[in-house]
Amino acid sequence: MSIAIGERAPDYTLPDTAGDGWSLMGDGTGPTVLVFTCNHCPYALAWHQRIADAARDYAGRDVRFLAINANDAQRYPRDSYEAMQSRVARENWPMPYLHDPTQEVARAYGAKTTPDVFVVDASGTLRYRGAPDSDHDDPAQRAVWLRDAVDAVLAGAEPERAETTPVGCSIKWKQ
Amino acid sequence: MDRGLSVELLWWEGCPSTERALAELRAVLDELNLPDEVTMREIRTDEEAEAVAFTGSPTILIDGVELMDALGRGAGDEPAGLNCRVYVRRDGRVSPTPDPDDLREALKGARP
Repeated sequence: MSIAIGERAPDYTLPDTAGDGWSLMGDGTGPTVLVFTCNHCPYALAWHQRIADAARDYAGRDVRFLAINANDAQRYPRDSYEAMQSRVARENWPMPYLHDPTQEVARAYGAKTTPDVFVVDASGTLRYRGAPDSDHDDPAQRAVWLRDAVDAVLAGAEPERAETTPVGCSIKWKQ
Repeated sequence: MDRGLSVELLWWEGCPSTERALAELRAVLDELNLPDEVTMREIRTDEEAEAVAFTGSPTILIDGVELMDALGRGAGDEPAGLNCRVYVRRDGRVSPTPDPDDLREALKGARP
């Protein structure tokens, strides 16, 4: 299952590392950026700081960033809920880190990799899906594809680049 | 001709870094005037990964010695398994492929 650009994004509530529940669609006042990510993938780690910087830069503009870890923690213990909590306690995260232990949310969105980015507008419609930018190895890219999409949504426009190919480690599905 | 230097690249299909790792490895081999023959070996199961202590894709063996072990910076407590491997470049950036300077140093060390 997957959703296409222009379709309504499914709403779910997932717990963050403090146990608080977050509705993926928020209160309808601004866009939401969903980032499927994890603790151990080099692509997710390489892009993490750029995504975190974007979360900080848009924090005052009614844009919510939510990171989601859906990896199978049984086979990949470094993606356990406890490991997520340790990581957030160790690092300065500007966004909640949500746990999708059933992988229902990742499947509903059709997430493929870590990272895989979805930008949803205030009405709950998917406006962008794909990579944060064109090169995990170039911090100067500053998650520009993600930023362009958020800027377009904030301006009430369609992102020029609405879909790119997500690049990263495959999501670790339960077997 | 150089003696038969053995260079192996162990990879797993769940990780998209194989092509880049191979290109960077071949570029360094060329630069050092070493034969750019690289034996590709796919790791398909957790059991195979365990058997060869594969801690992630790509893993590069030079004369049978894992690249980071050859540099005295082994995989530490990374468990064997089907994963993408996390490398740290010399400037501190996390990367899915090894730093070419690390490849250079290890290959120079292995060369007679």
